[in-house]
Amino acid sequence: MQFTLKVWRQHDRQAEGKFVEYKATDITPDMSFLEMLDAVNLDLARNGEETIAFDHDCREGICGSCGMYINGRAHGPLRGVATCQLYMRSFKDGNTIVLEPWRAKAFPVIKDLVVDRSAFDRIIQAGGYVSVDTGGVPDANTIPVPKPIAEEAFDAAACIGCGACVAACKNSSAMLFVAAKVSQLALLPQGQPEQKARVERMIAQMDEEEFGGCSNTYACEAECPKEISVSHIARLNREFLKARLK
Amino acid sequence: MTLDSKIPEGPIQQKWDNHRFNLKLVNPANKRKYHIIVVGTGLAGASAAASLAELGYHVTSLCYHESPRRAHSIAAQGGINAPKNYKNDGDSVWRLFYDTVKGGDYRAREANVYRLAQVSGNIIDQCAAQGVPFAREYGGLLDNRSFGGAQVSRTFYARGQTGQQLLLGAYQALCRQIDSGKVKFYARREMLDLIVIDGQARGIVARNLESGAIEPYIGDAVVLATGGYGNVFFLSTNAKYCNATAIWRAHKRGALFGNPCFTQIHPTCIPVASDYQSKLTLMSESLRNDGRIWVPKKARDKRDPRQIPDAERDYYLERMYPSFGNLVPRDVASRRAKEMCDKGHGVGPTQLAVYLDFAEAIQRNTKEWVAEKYGNLFDMYHEITGENAYEAPMRIYPAVHYTMGGLWVDYNLMSTIPGLFVLGEANFSDHGANRLGASALMQGLGDGYFIIPYTIGNYLATSKFPPLKSDHPAFTEAAKSVLEQTRRFVSIKGKRPVDDFHRQLGKIMWDLCGMARNADGLKKVLQSIPQLREEWWKDVVVPGSVDNFNPEIEKAGRVADFFDLAELLATDALHREESCGGHFREEYQTEDGEARRNDDKFMYVAAWEYKGVGEKSVLHKEPLSFEYVKPSQRSYK
Ligand SMILES: Cc1cc2nc3c(=O)[nH]c(=O)nc-3n(C[C@H](O)[C@H](O)[C@H](O)COP(=O)(O)OP(=O)(O)OC[C@H]3O[C@@H](n4cnc5c(N)ncnc54)[C@H](O)[C@@H]3O)c2cc1C
Ligand code: SF4
Ligand code: FES
Repeated sequence: MQFTLKVWRQHDRQAEGKFVEYKATDITPDMSFLEMLDAVNLDLARNGEETIAFDHDCREGICGSCGMYINGRAHGPLRGVATCQLYMRSFKDGNTIVLEPWRAKAFPVIKDLVVDRSAFDRIIQAGGYVSVDTGGVPDANTIPVPKPIAEEAFDAAACIGCGACVAACKNSSAMLFVAAKVSQLALLPQGQPEQKARVERMIAQMDEEEFGGCSNTYACEAECPKEISVSHIARLNREFLKARLK
Repeated sequence: MTLDSKIPEGPIQQKWDNHRFNLKLVNPANKRKYHIIVVGTGLAGASAAASLAELGYHVTSLCYHESPRRAHSIAAQGGINAPKNYKNDGDSVWRLFYDTVKGGDYRAREANVYRLAQVSGNIIDQCAAQGVPFAREYGGLLDNRSFGGAQVSRTFYARGQTGQQLLLGAYQALCRQIDSGKVKFYARREMLDLIVIDGQARGIVARNLESGAIEPYIGDAVVLATGGYGNVFFLSTNAKYCNATAIWRAHKRGALFGNPCFTQIHPTCIPVASDYQSKLTLMSESLRNDGRIWVPKKARDKRDPRQIPDAERDYYLERMYPSFGNLVPRDVASRRAKEMCDKGHGVGPTQLAVYLDFAEAIQRNTKEWVAEKYGNLFDMYHEITGENAYEAPMRIYPAVHYTMGGLWVDYNLMSTIPGLFVLGEANFSDHGANRLGASALMQGLGDGYFIIPYTIGNYLATSKFPPLKSDHPAFTEAAKSVLEQTRRFVSIKGKRPVDDFHRQLGKIMWDLCGMARNADGLKKVLQSIPQLREEWWKDVVVPGSVDNFNPEIEKAGRVADFFDLAELLATDALHREESCGGHFREEYQTEDGEARRNDDKFMYVAAWEYKGVGEKSVLHKEPLSFEYVKPSQRSYK
């Protein structure tokens, strides 16, 4: 197989970027999308040209590092997978593929397809945790959690922090990411004591990072590689209201 | 140099308690005067940084990832062990201790292993309190499964994403401390040298991966929790960035390296498909609980597996190991698979694979039952291979997975450099020659939450720390040499990309120093690496600049260190004239092809001292003694 790539190249945060065209040749259908990029980078390196920078690590859809727009879609054409889980068999031989970094004010481009997602860390730092110190906790079976609740909490906890929800949203809202953490901890008994402060602080931090507001278009859910449900946003809104009313 | 393991006196059950009592404490008001650098934010690093900050120390935490949550620990699937005996099936601290020492083929320190088993229950409590969504039963209590050959159900799990959930728990604890100001976190920083002043570890220099700046970090102690070195083989189940640079550079500064040849191969991985393969994907070992492993009895049988009648299949593990069957330890399962393929029974396009078949489990329990337990793994298999494992058996093959070797540490987790502590996969400690499934997560969190907070205090309370500034010559010289190295990479302007060299090195290591090793092969490794290294310094091409985000520079530094580490690994493998655990020397096997240990000659930890590039490393030995678990020939028949 072969492809024409149009890749966003940007030298650093300040530089202006532009699309540059590359050829990807000798690609086989069972190569992963990132292996296809590796192959292009090997060619570039052999010619002494700067390789295309992109974030990746686990290549199993769990670390949340990878992520780019592929033909205008966050993480590419398939539902429920991260960029690293795409295989070239999902693309038509001879096609042109356009690659861009996440575009959001809160995620500045560092280089080429690599963005700065530290805003997500700062949102978690603002309360996305249970305040327990190491040691001195009760036996794990002291507090039973009904299985369906545990499962729902898990569904939310599965978020990999990739940022596709923000990238897919026309308002660059981080609601799905924030809701996933708020919802996980709201469902579990361990998260209860701090629920009010948590939701208020996390939302405040989200606003401070200049993520946009949520207008319920659900583009986030459609592009989320972990298929985190927008029902968690509804829970977040309820928790936020409750916190306000208290 | 004599290696003092500092194992406390007393019966094994009381060693840790006695030790904790004897350790000097740092007065609470003084804790904030100490500054600890923690490199790495995986399970070991994040749990250590958070716990130390909770105690009141000043902590600097850094990693080469953009966020602490991206560490490789996130990818662990199967679970974490703890002998809670919730299942009432006869588990106990003693049994976990016993299984781990035996599983490690009698090459681990008994006292460390016992302590690990002791603290493992607390880990589960801690994680549950943090809101880790462990799997639960209908009554709301925690679920357990049996895993990786254990005959009791002691593995706690969170679907197939246990590592992710445990790491997020530790990450959130770390975030809480960042929020409180007690931890200062630096993302995208790669430690490139250790600073040792008057014999004490006093800091590091790191490269800012975005700007290329070389930055000094000063501390009173340095904790390395930087993971394993499986990627020396290029293809492994490790994340792409995993590397040995932090521990290797500390090794060059004087920290001894323990048992480098103890590497683990995991039996259930998706086979290599193409020359461009960038990494291998592990399929959780839990699959072996219900899947049956087989190959066609007839060599080079190309039929569709579904067309091969039962009588013409060799369920070789069930045949050879009637009591353990498909659940034999990883090293045994891996070697048998290789043997089957070597004899021509391999399947699939490359014939380097065996079948893992769920037909019977589906028939017995329904497809839904299988989907509930393993659905995400079947999906993953489908994504990668395009094949449906509900309909035809999966194909699997062993791959490099974990490294038991690492920097040598004493009972306090301190290396041979005072003030340098090493946790998690980066140290050599608790797994001996082979690690049991679901024990790495346990060790990483045990080290970080429950051991280092005590032992580091003793070091701080009993040592002196002359004031230090970052213009100390040790820092400026280290920064200069690191910068020179990066500049040199860029200036070579050769023809071969970094990955090309790495792939070649990996192939040499896998072929000659992988699942099975012999003296001839190992000698070949030791001849080829210096040649490859020479070529590297002449012909590598590292495009781009040094003062900008440049992944090629990062990779170059790591591969340069892998060359040296590979040499040490092969040296260690050659010197250890026995087979034990993951280290299988073809010359030393029993008649039925099992590992033959040589306890008279090799019942020790091999700790190597660095003497310079291309120079012979010097071997130091820490003798091991087994008072509680008497060494026997491991037998899983
Ligand atoms: C696919 C897979 C599945 C696994 N499943 C299981 C399982 O089910 N159960 C189990 O018990 N074990 C499992 N393991 C093993 C286990 O995941 C690892 O051994 C463990 O997570 C290692 O944790 P760690 O904290 O030591 O290191 P890591 O998680 O590897 O973290 C290393 C950290 O160090 C940082 N770092 C490294 N070098 C530098 C440097 N030079 N400068 C700055 N920062 C640096 C990295 O950024 C990272 O933050 C699995 C392993 C793999 C590969
Ligand atoms: S909610 Fe989904 S898209 Fe958003 S960060 Fe989490 S995993 Fe990524
Ligand atoms: S590389 Fe880890 S999620 Fe894609």
